Amino acid sequence: MSGKEENALGDYIVPVLTAAVFICGLVKKTDIFGEFTSGAMEGLQTTADIVPPLILLVTAVGMFRASGLPDFLSELMSPLLSAVGFPAECLPLAIIRPVSGSGAAAVFESILRENHPDSFAGRVASVISGSTETTFYTVAVYYGSLKIKNSRHTLAASLSGDITGFLVSAIAVRLFMY
Amino acid sequence: MVGKFAGVLILASVIYSLISGNISDVSSAVLNEPVNAVELAVYLCGGMCFWSGLMRVAEKSGITEVIAGLLKKPLKALFVDIDTEGRAFRCICMNVSANLLGLGNAATPLGLEAMKALSEESEGELPSDNMVIFTVLNTASLTLIPTTAASLRLKYGAERPFDIMPAVIFTTAASLTVSLIAAKAGCAIGRHRKKHERKRGKCLG
Repeated sequence: MSGKEENALGDYIVPVLTAAVFICGLVKKTDIFGEFTSGAMEGLQTTADIVPPLILLVTAVGMFRASGLPDFLSELMSPLLSAVGFPAECLPLAIIRPVSGSGAAAVFESILRENHPDSFAGRVASVISGSTETTFYTVAVYYGSLKIKNSRHTLAASLSGDITGFLVSAIAVRLFMY
Repeated sequence: MVGKFAGVLILASVIYSLISGNISDVSSAVLNEPVNAVELAVYLCGGMCFWSGLMRVAEKSGITEVIAGLLKKPLKALFVDIDTEGRAFRCICMNVSANLLGLGNAATPLGLEAMKALSEESEGELPSDNMVIFTVLNTASLTLIPTTAASLRLKYGAERPFDIMPAVIFTTAASLTVSLIAAKAGCAIGRHRKKHERKRGKCLG
């Protein structure tokens, strides 16, 4: 797995994609500089928007971690979690992920800080962060925009996908990285 | 929702630390963690800006439309009796391709536009089957490149921040499949029930 000489697939995707976008921009005579900077400005705005909720959530999660309660809960849940091969450290992430994006970022960061990103728990947390969405928020926004209250089986279907994602993330990390 | 979550966490940690005697750790967390939050935002900012900028160039260069064209066939199969020439379907294709590129800011307005168009095509107060399927599709993460996760991995010393990609794609595929099957199954059950009720209604009438 380690050693700089062999390149993983992921090492190619990002530079190749970046180059492809710029080439397309040149061919299509897009105003690359103008579009890039206005897009980047939007990114700056997004970052500014997430700072206040992030401060609240990172602090709450930090207090929670410092109290030692997560360790206690993980211990309590560990027989069940180890039965399905899911790392106990990632349980808080699985709980918050469908509810809040900035909350999930806070929990994800604390998992990476406590465990190395290349550890099993760190990798599972990374895969969860990369492969799931803020389900409740999306459903609320999509139906809320039309003032629809009854979303039928939308949440049930989405959450069954989320739970599948959590369980499969641990399997996928084992499959592809160990 | 988020406020309640934070409140529960804070209350639980204060009560638990009073019992376990970790209160001094919790106290220093209150002082240190807000700083960490700002640091986290500053750290994410660079990558966020770069990708938003790059994807904006992609969007304006017509890459979104090319992907939307490629998505036409698979998406048509996913929805029930959808008019592929209609406004709703065009918005759906654009929304999914923006999602694939990680353009969350562009995907949401397109998605809402698609929902509005879908609701105009449907009747009754309940959301139509296609609206359910489309929302479920958007609750799955369709992003191909997990840039935020990768930049945080880099911050904490991952040797290859992007080495999670095969696992991410595998996991996304699995969760997407299950949620779409569940959405489709729910729609089928709903249709079946409706048919049943209509039949019963006829008998009584």
